[in-house]
Amino acid sequence: MSLPADLATHPRLGTWMRLTEGETVTLYTGKVELGQGLISAIGRIGAEELDVALARVRVRTGDTAHALDEWLTAGSMSMTDSGTALRQAAAEARAALLALAADRLGAPAEDLVVEDGTVVAPDGGRVTYWELVPAGHLHGEATGAATPKAPGDYRVVGRAGARLDVAGLVTGATRFVGDLHEPGMLHARVVRGPGQGARLEDADVARAEAVAGVVAVVRDGDFLAVVAAREDQALRAHDALSAGARWREEAELPDQTTLTRWLLEQPAQSFRVLDGMPEADAPTGPLEPAPEAHAAYEATFSRPFLLHGSIGPSAALARWCDGALEIISHTQGPFILRAALARALGLEPEAIRVRHVVGPGCYGHNGADDVALDAALVARAVPGRPVLLKWTRADEHGFEPYGAPAAVRVAAHLDVDGGLADWSLDAHGLTHLSRPLQGLPGSGLLAAWTLAEPVERTPARPMLMPEAGIHRNATPAYRIPRTRIVKHFVDDGPLRTSSLRSLGAHVNVFAIESAMDELAALAGRDPLEFRLAHLEDERARAVLDAAAERARWSDRAEADGRGLGLAFARYKNKAAYAAVVVELSVDDATAAIRLERAVIAADAGQVVDPVGLVNQLEGGLVQSASWTLHERVSFDRRRVTSLDWDAYPILRFPDVPEIETVLLDRPGAPFLGSGEATQGPTAGAIGNAIRAATGVRVHDLPITPERLRRAAAEPELAASRT
Amino acid sequence: MVVLEVNGERHEVDVDPGTPLLHVLRNELGLTGAKLGCGLEQCWACAVIAGDEVVTTCVAAVGDFEGRPITTVEGLGTPERLHPVQRAFVEEQAAQCGYCIPAMVVRVAALLEQEPAPSDERIREALAPHLCRCGTHPRVLAAARRAAEEVAA
Repeated sequence: MSLPADLATHPRLGTWMRLTEGETVTLYTGKVELGQGLISAIGRIGAEELDVALARVRVRTGDTAHALDEWLTAGSMSMTDSGTALRQAAAEARAALLALAADRLGAPAEDLVVEDGTVVAPDGGRVTYWELVPAGHLHGEATGAATPKAPGDYRVVGRAGARLDVAGLVTGATRFVGDLHEPGMLHARVVRGPGQGARLEDADVARAEAVAGVVAVVRDGDFLAVVAAREDQALRAHDALSAGARWREEAELPDQTTLTRWLLEQPAQSFRVLDGMPEADAPTGPLEPAPEAHAAYEATFSRPFLLHGSIGPSAALARWCDGALEIISHTQGPFILRAALARALGLEPEAIRVRHVVGPGCYGHNGADDVALDAALVARAVPGRPVLLKWTRADEHGFEPYGAPAAVRVAAHLDVDGGLADWSLDAHGLTHLSRPLQGLPGSGLLAAWTLAEPVERTPARPMLMPEAGIHRNATPAYRIPRTRIVKHFVDDGPLRTSSLRSLGAHVNVFAIESAMDELAALAGRDPLEFRLAHLEDERARAVLDAAAERARWSDRAEADGRGLGLAFARYKNKAAYAAVVVELSVDDATAAIRLERAVIAADAGQVVDPVGLVNQLEGGLVQSASWTLHERVSFDRRRVTSLDWDAYPILRFPDVPEIETVLLDRPGAPFLGSGEATQGPTAGAIGNAIRAATGVRVHDLPITPERLRRAAAEPELAASRT
Repeated sequence: MVVLEVNGERHEVDVDPGTPLLHVLRNELGLTGAKLGCGLEQCWACAVIAGDEVVTTCVAAVGDFEGRPITTVEGLGTPERLHPVQRAFVEEQAAQCGYCIPAMVVRVAALLEQEPAPSDERIREALAPHLCRCGTHPRVLAAARRAAEEVAA
């Protein structure tokens, strides 16, 4: 049997697990905990395959001092990559331990049973894993010879139970990066310009140095920071330095109110997307009208720049000692960050250790990597002293790489029978990938670009991979005789953008599922029936049916100001399936939108941690509801203006619907990434429910009451264009 | 010198009375359960109980808290000895990244202290100032309801 990819790369069993003191098992993963529940899911798999109690399991995450490099924790790939590899590694380790036990107990391995780490022979002889391998290190490499358990034998995987780390979180015992404290530690803040791209002309360093407690003011090119003995002193020095700095602003941003038109008009690299893959050589011209084309539909959808908006500031702890750098970070990729730091600082990667400690949820590429370079630059100025650097809220809102805006045009025809005849989708957008990645020129780290010895910014490049970035979920899952999907990559964005949870899938699924409802209406068909009629994949049909049944879709009443909307997608057309039904009401006078109830039905393959899975799916729904109804990065012609939570409101407790989630477990089926499965369907379901409640279709996100009122007043702009 | 009562213990802290309480709790007393979120009194990740009120601490001066007993999330319970509200949060798995959660635990504990049987609407209203970005709201609401039931039982 062939090994899972990450196990083939790292076949030594000792890389994945050790038997540790106190009769515990320590599992290693190259992935990191981002709040998605990775530690618990990995722990469950290890406990299952090794036949030890979950309470014995410890999970250690990404650390460059440990050999296990599993690239990034991103793209809903942790279970597919690390979970699958660890499952096989643990099955192999169990087999190796049983072989040792067979020798020790004088019984054939197949006659032995394991009870919570103790191997028991038919004659009652017993030996524990820890007695078999007292040093704890498992020698040998995975061969593919061992077979993981059959799902019918599972007793930990797929069963409800507490996440391993929750008690620490709810008591405040868990230490996030920003909570770390070391003897002699200093506190630092960066002083950034008024907008992205502002260049430092002059700084009053002396004024900041005069603030009590200040240890150093660091200036390197445009990089400006203060470091002080205490955090409040660092903040005071930050304010003094900020007030005394002069910046030159050259940025000229597009008019925010016409951002969609701006995107559509920019020069772009265009790629025909075939089977989810952008092809440079395929023609991108219009579809020839299908001979059976009958009624036509066309509309353009959009979304603005969005914030990751972590609740806590990006933070890093750095220590520079004898030319070596140690970084504690909430990065998504410790090895990748190490390489990027090495390039920006002129160090060898081996001189740097990056260790992951949990941070506030990141939802993609936020400021976590940037702040590590900031902290390193400060630490270099105060060698030997640990430096904890945190961004301010304005740094976070003004300088993180935003979720990319998009304009998505859908044009489709129905045939005479009310079925889909053809479908054309043009997705225009900016990069979803400006992470620091190995193998690319330049640097992806913010501060590197304007140091006295700068490393230039890595140029934006289109992602020519299946279901990536702008074209993620741009291909409808529906059976359509002719399709034309085109990705239009605009390489020069006015503001920095990168990966935000679900990437292009949020807006593409919003567009596709809005269009599906309009086309169903045009055909005079029920939205559920219309979708099912164009779906062959049984698992896709099953989630739609399950969501519709739980939401009592077929019993829904037509009522003014109240509506149900339904939407579906399979994330990346290859990960988890999700259908969402939303019920909402719209106030007749104010157009205020109130989410009443939501139903999710999802199929993520074999369920590992049901509660964790529900948290990911429901969390995705709530976050997407917030993007869809409330969120937009605001800017004037010079700079971003939404620099705090008042200027960038998000969904709050009173606005959260009651949510019911139905999991369609598939015992034995491969794990399917679920952390980004509900974002797209939620946006689609909300748009469709608003249409059902009001008769008005809003094409531009966020769907605010103001936009809804305007669309209602100008039906020729708002209603489906036929 | 500022004298504080935190989680039932008296502390003399050698800081400028204008220092935000949050920095004193976290950096002087080692109580990092109250989180730095925005530093602008907007997200409420830094909330603690002062007297019988839930307050933000990221801006408020430590000097203003002399004579007002303070309870942080650490004062409610520990992983080994959970407060009923914390137990309810564990049982409902009401955390994803968990950064905003300690302040919500504090909020729910304070609410139940004053109103042992709050309506769903009251729970939502009480939690309204608190921002959460993972979308853990449904489980936090479930945990608050469960805690209310347990307190009532």
